[in-house]
Amino acid sequence: MNILNLLKVASNSLTKNKFRSFLTMLGIIIGVASVIAMMAIGQGSKQSIEEQISSLGTNILFVRPASQARGGVMMGVSNAKFLTVADADAIKKDCESVAAVSPMVRGSGQAVSSYDNWPTSIYGVNIDYFLIKNWEVQDGRLFSNKEIRSSQKVCLVGNTIVEKLFGEGADPVGESIRFNKIPFKIIGILKIKGESNFGQDQDDIIIAPHTTVQKRILAITHVQNIYVSAKSSDLSKEASEEIETLLRVRHKLVPSEESDFSIRTQEEIMSRLTSTSDILTALLSAIAGISLLVGGIGIMNIMYVSVTERTREIGLRMAVGGKGRDILLQFLIESILLSVVGGIIGIFFGIAVSSFVSNFMNWPVQITIDSIVLSFIFCSVIGIFFGWYPAKKAANLNPIDALRYE
Amino acid sequence: MSHKIIRIQNLVKNYDLGDLTVHALRGIDFDIDEGEFVAIMGPSGSGKSTLLNILGCLDKATSGNYFLDNVDVKKFSKDQLAVLRNEKIGFVFQSYNLLARTSALENVELPLFYNASVNAKERRERAAAALEAVGLLDRMNHFPNQLSGGQQQRVAIARSLVNDPVIILADEPTGNLDSRTSFDIMAVFQKLNSKGITIGLVTHESDIAQFTSRNITFRDGRINKEIVVENIKSASEALTKMPVELDY
Ligand SMILES: Nc1ncnc2c1ncn2[C@@H]1O[C@H](COP(=O)(O)OP(=O)(O)OP(=O)(O)O)[C@@H](O)[C@H]1O
Ligand SMILES: [Mg+2]
Repeated sequence: MNILNLLKVASNSLTKNKFRSFLTMLGIIIGVASVIAMMAIGQGSKQSIEEQISSLGTNILFVRPASQARGGVMMGVSNAKFLTVADADAIKKDCESVAAVSPMVRGSGQAVSSYDNWPTSIYGVNIDYFLIKNWEVQDGRLFSNKEIRSSQKVCLVGNTIVEKLFGEGADPVGESIRFNKIPFKIIGILKIKGESNFGQDQDDIIIAPHTTVQKRILAITHVQNIYVSAKSSDLSKEASEEIETLLRVRHKLVPSEESDFSIRTQEEIMSRLTSTSDILTALLSAIAGISLLVGGIGIMNIMYVSVTERTREIGLRMAVGGKGRDILLQFLIESILLSVVGGIIGIFFGIAVSSFVSNFMNWPVQITIDSIVLSFIFCSVIGIFFGWYPAKKAANLNPIDALRYE
Repeated sequence: MSHKIIRIQNLVKNYDLGDLTVHALRGIDFDIDEGEFVAIMGPSGSGKSTLLNILGCLDKATSGNYFLDNVDVKKFSKDQLAVLRNEKIGFVFQSYNLLARTSALENVELPLFYNASVNAKERRERAAAALEAVGLLDRMNHFPNQLSGGQQQRVAIARSLVNDPVIILADEPTGNLDSRTSFDIMAVFQKLNSKGITIGLVTHESDIAQFTSRNITFRDGRINKEIVVENIKSASEALTKMPVELDY
């Protein structure tokens, strides 16, 4: 039989049995669509988690004394005396890839206003800190370099502090508070940041010049951390290397010595968080695998049944002169057509379901090419194989056995 | 000497069912000449269908020789047999075996799809001619479920005819039909036979066999009796003489 006849026979057979063709295709449509939708929903959630993580800024670096980093996960009050304001200034001056640098000291204690008191933390930083953290002032102003140099007792407060010490909606700019009995004048209020991804209230904070905190609150001359932002997130690795080299020179370390400080990029810290999204990925793969399996079994069944049901037709075709190969090719073409058309409809259906979920249920969805390609290929291969295999079995029969089949 | 369409010698067919072997054919010899109309008769289970399936190259004999149009079928591969069936044999089944939801014309066209030398136009023309030969040209666009049993069997006969086979083999073609329609189908066969087409037909009924030229009777896988019909009745005449039943 020539290819033209073959195509005609196959397409005739499909169009004359529209309902059967549709049912067969349905298995593939649902298989493909469910995988695409599942993956889109899962991928969407994963993406939104990752976006939140990366919104923290991947260009931020922390420098901290080595003793503190070792074993300790979060920063605590440390006795390490290795980092100084001079280190921070040197980084700012000499490291090419660095955009902003702020020393940081942190003390905890009791903040008291004329109305109330509240246990909180005070951060001592310079004005670069606000750049690094991308933090704006809502009301009032930042402190100036002059105020830093002269250790002025001025501070900015987060919204939680305003609420706790002055009541909701109050405007305490110009008022005074005491932190561990040291009076500070509030010169600005920070924009609301909300909860961090770690679950911390980021607005529960008082920020003052680092010199003031060092001298008045902590009575130290060193700094606990240095916050650095690289010029871009691509440059954070270079920045890290530059800082490493610079500080080793400044700390007069010989090559055999370990560094007495450690540099962490935001990325490294986040990698711990992203393990969450790795779990999601694994979950997604499992969902996709199960959908594919279920879809595949559905396709397999319906293909197998529909071809087996047609054994008599196969017998008749052989009786009037169809060779085994003609029969096989016909069924192969039929199942390819069904699988491809079904697969394409399934892709559109899957996209439609995903956008429905995204528009009407407001879930983050992200349709991936991978899921489309994977599900399409998998379902087509299964569809084609299980269209072909029973046809092959039937075509191998004696024509008379195929004709008598019931 | 007339041309022998079919020659079989000591044909044996056993069905091996594991613990027991069914001897369906126990050594058959006969010939069918060109232009003959042979009826194969016999009780149920005597091996008529088995023989016809072997003659139609739908099944293979266990032993013995079979020459179809002077070619030794035994040596043929599956694919060669398919070509042989396509070019030399027309088969008519008791249950019509038409493709559902497919017009009469397209059903008749089916064998020609497997013949690469026939193009689409010729295919249509030949199918229409075959339908005309069985008197159904006006129903060519009807589907099987729009046709009566007799009409469906005519379509099946047209399908067996369309390839210009050397022989048409029919296994109880009237088995599912009432006697009036059976005579009608026999009239079609007689008309084709009168045009020179060789026909082999299996039947239970002797009043069907009387329309053929020779009757071979089977019993237990052997030929029991063989008679040449002296005065062949005409099915179309029998049909006109038949009283038109008014009681239903
Ligand atoms: N596929 C098969 N497997 C096993 N035995 C079979 C098979 N086909 C036929 N037979 C046996 O071979 C014998 C002959 O069967 P066949 O069908 O040729 O009879 P028949 O003469 O056509 O009968 P009927 O008039 O009832 O159609 C029977 O005993 C039957 O049981
Ligand atoms: Mg029979």
